[in-house]
Amino acid sequence: MTAGTALVTGASAGVLACHTCGLTQRAAPEAHGLTCARCGSSLHFRKPDSISRAWALLIAAYVLIIPANLLPVMQTGSLFGSEKDTILSGVIYLWTSGSQPLAIILFIASIAIPAAKLLSLTFLLVSVQRRSLWAPRERTRLYRVVEAVGRWSMIDVYVAAMLTALVQFGSLMSIRAGSGAIAFGAVVVLTIFAAESFDPRLIWDRAEPAEPAEPANGEKQ
Amino acid sequence: MSSEALVVCHECDLLLREVPLEAGGLARCTRCGCNLYRHQPEGLERSLVFALTAVVLFVIANSFPIVSMNSRGLMSSTTLLGAVGVLLHDDMPSVALLVFVTTFLMPALEIGALIYLLLPLKLGRVPPAVPSVFRLLHAVQPWSMVEVFMLGLLVTISKLAAMASVVPGIALWSFVLLMFAVSAAVAGFDVRIFWARVGALR
Repeated sequence: MTAGTALVTGASAGVLACHTCGLTQRAAPEAHGLTCARCGSSLHFRKPDSISRAWALLIAAYVLIIPANLLPVMQTGSLFGSEKDTILSGVIYLWTSGSQPLAIILFIASIAIPAAKLLSLTFLLVSVQRRSLWAPRERTRLYRVVEAVGRWSMIDVYVAAMLTALVQFGSLMSIRAGSGAIAFGAVVVLTIFAAESFDPRLIWDRAEPAEPAEPANGEKQ
Repeated sequence: MSSEALVVCHECDLLLREVPLEAGGLARCTRCGCNLYRHQPEGLERSLVFALTAVVLFVIANSFPIVSMNSRGLMSSTTLLGAVGVLLHDDMPSVALLVFVTTFLMPALEIGALIYLLLPLKLGRVPPAVPSVFRLLHAVQPWSMVEVFMLGLLVTISKLAAMASVVPGIALWSFVLLMFAVSAAVAGFDVRIFWARVGALR
């Protein structure tokens, strides 16, 4: 249920909600250094320096995704020589050795999700900077998905870690995590921080009220 | 300072009037469609029960080997912290740190914070430093990745099964259950009821 008939935003009404505990409180629009009356978190109408922070983290991730894909994430040494696997060669190996479902999981988690995340965040940042009015609801949904799926990229790091720990038979056979795993882990962490810095409310700050609001419906879950 | 009857959407900043929900209900923003709040009258009790369960599972999951493998007489097994140790000695401190933080430290803090907040509340007392612990819980949650680790374990096992016989250990099953217990504990934590109870007891 909206306050009044037109759509009013919290910022225009001088009302903001704590990011951490959700408490709604009043504040002067230009106020700085506010803290939540209930949980003590710092309060702001919009995340501070959202766009420049998100860009900085995103560019760092773009740089690191190159070594993450080119350097080996795993090195297998055995009596018959040593093998180096990058993310992609690992996926291809799984596919050709008959573990297609596994190959699909790893492809989505290690290649598709990081790439889609970088491109989506770039798109969101550019669209906000260009003050785009296009499809704010869909862009917000895109942001929500980006925020939710990022963690699943960690699968490859865990696989490299567990294989390293388990396959330690000296010169007979041993697996070591490669330097690509470091770069890859950094990409995952950086994109999680980048998504966290981006403020989806910026999408709506430029947009016109789309349609008259209806009451917030209580849906049975 | 506070105006309880209003809700501000955290994704599009729309100002909305709060509507009462039936049990299990979910309020959505009319403009961007994001979830605003839920109403789970029994949520905190459920959350506490699952958090206490998670403590037991967490201890078991970290005390026993997750998997053992046996390949032509070569045996090996590892616990989670054992794997972190191997990575540390293998000149991979950053990977070791990442694994340690996301699968051990953060889940432990998450479970600990939930119990710290909810157990005294259940006994009718407000623990000291509620705001700080609440903020800690909020900060820790995005980095607690038990469910992702679980999928990583399944992939690891399937990969190893191609070259050795793999025996899942008791810790593996504990991790599966831990994943569900942590998710249920987090899902039941009704923030609004939590603060209402803290306010009522103060």
